[in-house]
Amino acid sequence: MTGSDPQLLESIAVGDVLPTLVVDVTPTTVVLGALASRDWRPMHHDHKFAVERNGVADIFLNTPNQAAWFERFLTDWTGPAGRVGRMTFRMRDSVFPGDAMTFSGTVVSVGTDDVGCGWVEIDVELRAANPERGERLCSTCTARVAVPVDADDNPWSRNGERWRP
Amino acid sequence: MSPEPDGDTPEVPDDVAALIGVPQYPITATFDVERSYSWDTLAATQNGNPLFWDDDVAGRLTGGPIAVPTTLSLWMRPHYWEPGATGEQVALQVHFDLKARFDLPEAVMTDNTLIFHTPVRPGDRISHQQVLRSVSGPKTTKLGRGRFWVIDIEYLNQHGDLVGVESYTGFGYRRDDGPNP
Repeated sequence: MTGSDPQLLESIAVGDVLPTLVVDVTPTTVVLGALASRDWRPMHHDHKFAVERNGVADIFLNTPNQAAWFERFLTDWTGPAGRVGRMTFRMRDSVFPGDAMTFSGTVVSVGTDDVGCGWVEIDVELRAANPERGERLCSTCTARVAVPVDADDNPWSRNGERWRP
Repeated sequence: MSPEPDGDTPEVPDDVAALIGVPQYPITATFDVERSYSWDTLAATQNGNPLFWDDDVAGRLTGGPIAVPTTLSLWMRPHYWEPGATGEQVALQVHFDLKARFDLPEAVMTDNTLIFHTPVRPGDRISHQQVLRSVSGPKTTKLGRGRFWVIDIEYLNQHGDLVGVESYTGFGYRRDDGPNP
């Protein structure tokens, strides 16, 4: 990750593209993510249940784990001083074992709020590709991430009225 | 409920409409926030953010260790089994109530919003409540026929500080050609 070189607000511009993240998804990826998030629902670990009950191709990535992947993608770029304030994502298709999932992101706004916190808004796409299923747009996400306005700033120090995610 | 012409299925039945906007299931977690779950999530996502792996970084940025923000819902998820429990233990009970109410055996989540406030820390005990925001009329998707619903969840720590707000859109559905939900 790029945590040793944190992003400062002044170095970020609309249109900046985040480094792409590509992950080969295995059954372990799906099951590990589900159990890490204490999601015991069978469609995330039981192939037969997913296919026969949910009517999908295989077990699939669960929602909290997908959020965690988005967080990882964003903070790989910001470094540890980056603080995610908000993320909204829509899951259009599922991510299955055998997929190569690719996260890509573009900065769509940069600014400071009324209390001086630096905010970056990023549009993220999660695509999955598989020889059998082709390439699909699986999820779209909009994230609002606080980054330091300068080397002395720390978004994590904000709370109460000074933190407006 | 608005009357439906010709006896059609009402968009949202009265008993369900009465629940919209009403806080339900105020629950406090049965276990404290602990770092091992954060590490599980970090391992599952191959996330090397030093904020969560290096206590010096955590001390400098957040005054000590914090939980990975996207573990927010984790702290309210029940154990798969515990003494005295019967049947499947589920999180987000309102979602399962709606599945049962509309006789929709399957469900998926389609949208999720997470808003992060005061960081969650090891040793915290999280509480939450669930609020049904909306229920759609019957809809058909590639998965089947069912309904969409939106549920908001507010998470507080043991001091009453707001630590996060989450919103899920779920789609409960039936795959076969059974009666309309």
